Amino acid sequence: MPQAIKRYSCVTGRSATVDGEAFPVAAEAGDGDEGKFLAALYRALKADYPKFFKMDALSKLGFLASELILRDEAPRFVPREDIAVVCFNRSASLATDVQHQAAIQREDSCYPSPSVFVYTLPNIVAGEIAIRNKLLGETSFYVCREWSAQQVFRMVSHTFCDGCTRAVLAAWVECFEGTCEAFMMLVEQQDGLSGLPFSVEQVDILYQNTKLKLWKS
Amino acid sequence: MIAWAGDSIISSLGFTTEECYRSVASGQSGIRLYSSFMGLPEPQMASLIDRERLADSFAADSFAAVNPCSGGYTALEKAAILSVGSAAAAAQVDLSDPDVLFVFSSTKGNVHLLDEGERQAGRDHIYLWYVARLIAEHFKNPNEPVAVSNACISGACAQLVAMRELESGQYGCAVVVGVEMLSKFIVSGFQSLKALSPEPCRPFDAARAGLNLGEAAATIVYRRVDSEDEVSSGIALQQGAIRNDANHISGPSRTGEGSFRALQALLRGVAPGDVAFINAHGTATAYNDDMEATAITRAGLQATPVNSLKGYFGHTLGAAGVLESIISARALANGTALATHGFKRGEKEPPVNVTDKNTHTEKAYCIKMLSGFGGCNAALLFKYVKEKSNTCRKP
Repeated sequence: MPQAIKRYSCVTGRSATVDGEAFPVAAEAGDGDEGKFLAALYRALKADYPKFFKMDALSKLGFLASELILRDEAPRFVPREDIAVVCFNRSASLATDVQHQAAIQREDSCYPSPSVFVYTLPNIVAGEIAIRNKLLGETSFYVCREWSAQQVFRMVSHTFCDGCTRAVLAAWVECFEGTCEAFMMLVEQQDGLSGLPFSVEQVDILYQNTKLKLWKS
Repeated sequence: MIAWAGDSIISSLGFTTEECYRSVASGQSGIRLYSSFMGLPEPQMASLIDRERLADSFAADSFAAVNPCSGGYTALEKAAILSVGSAAAAAQVDLSDPDVLFVFSSTKGNVHLLDEGERQAGRDHIYLWYVARLIAEHFKNPNEPVAVSNACISGACAQLVAMRELESGQYGCAVVVGVEMLSKFIVSGFQSLKALSPEPCRPFDAARAGLNLGEAAATIVYRRVDSEDEVSSGIALQQGAIRNDANHISGPSRTGEGSFRALQALLRGVAPGDVAFINAHGTATAYNDDMEATAITRAGLQATPVNSLKGYFGHTLGAAGVLESIISARALANGTALATHGFKRGEKEPPVNVTDKNTHTEKAYCIKMLSGFGGCNAALLFKYVKEKSNTCRKP
């Protein structure tokens, strides 16, 4: 059965788009501060999900990208085993790893925080999205040298090998050393094609174009 | 069909699969009490790879010596390379062949390099994709490896990736390597979660008090074959599934939701009565083992023997799925359901059929279960294809 990209979204530390269109967040939001921008975007989305504030930056990015895509889907929050969440990035959870390391660096003051430590796994972002939306399907995380439309296409296609999978939320979500970006697609398996064809070329065009637009904004 | 072509384990119990399996079958555990441990104030129960033996074996290994990395290898990389080299030799596969894909599984890789005192190796070694490439390049493999980091189910995910790549016809052979080494980073984190037991762990036992951590490098080589005849007297990876609890990022679901659904997906391919045993995740934390017992019962497998290997190797995190699949596959081929080290029958017994001794089985299938943070759960189904001709090898 053919697969199509139903919707896609992008979030950085200073802007957000859904299906290529800017999602409005108060103009002064963030003032260049990525954390403040993500909080402003969360409020603009009216998600009403206080757990958001407990998440690390990687999970916040992925969560917001998924809200942009799923906010208009109906019905929401009904258990679904046929939707998978598959994420990719370059630096795994290194941004949070560095925080945990700082807490244990000195032998005379080794006080790791369990709430930081649980985020020292990159796949937690997929788990957060699954919890929020009651997705019981496959959740996976792959680490790649760089953005690769080919790798994303291959792994997402493979996820449909599971006879149960009908849709995949697929995301590149990277947060480390100055980079803060999430690019997410909702890929659906469907008979009559609506949406963009799911192909390596299309995935790469969407990612590159969205990035370009965000840089210009 | 995906056939098992070779394997290898490096762990606290030995540097070959044979050595490790014999130790397990005779009831030995690799878990010890370490009085001084990686700069942590308290003594720790753990299952560690002998670092001296690792360095010596690496220096003496012909595969290892061929293509040394300019900046030197970390202990984790050495263990992975040694393990891949001997699995490839057992499988008689040329790893430089473009038909071979590497799939790498680790949760934390070289995370110890974040420590200020450990900065001698190049900074790139902290990236999981870099370590995956380093290992593949060591064997002159031309393909971009897949690096899986899906918490403690990574080793099962990596096998599922291999299965899907082989079934799609993309590659003819896949090398799945799982590796995890312990560091202050990992141990202090589990300590902060209060998940560690001060005693040797006791999976599924009523008196269990938490997990022990462990180190391992383990490799399985899989090959695509056209029919079951080609797997004769060997193991086939039949099916796999990953499901999420959608419940909590660090606590298992009380209903075993994801685990149950992963098992249910496998049961489309096998009847419960044909399963020789289930090798559970069985970390020996209170919540994990209860959750698995619930999932197994819900799936209708409560009469099937269930074991855990954590009492022999500790919890080897990203290596666990590969390591425990190898031991389970070998046990299946030997017609044995292995004992659960640390589990004792008592007044309050779990609702599932946990093994307390090695028992004989004639059944052809076994199931490997895993669960991890992020609510993820995996299950794999292996089949032992009995001898028809003598073209294939036992795991």
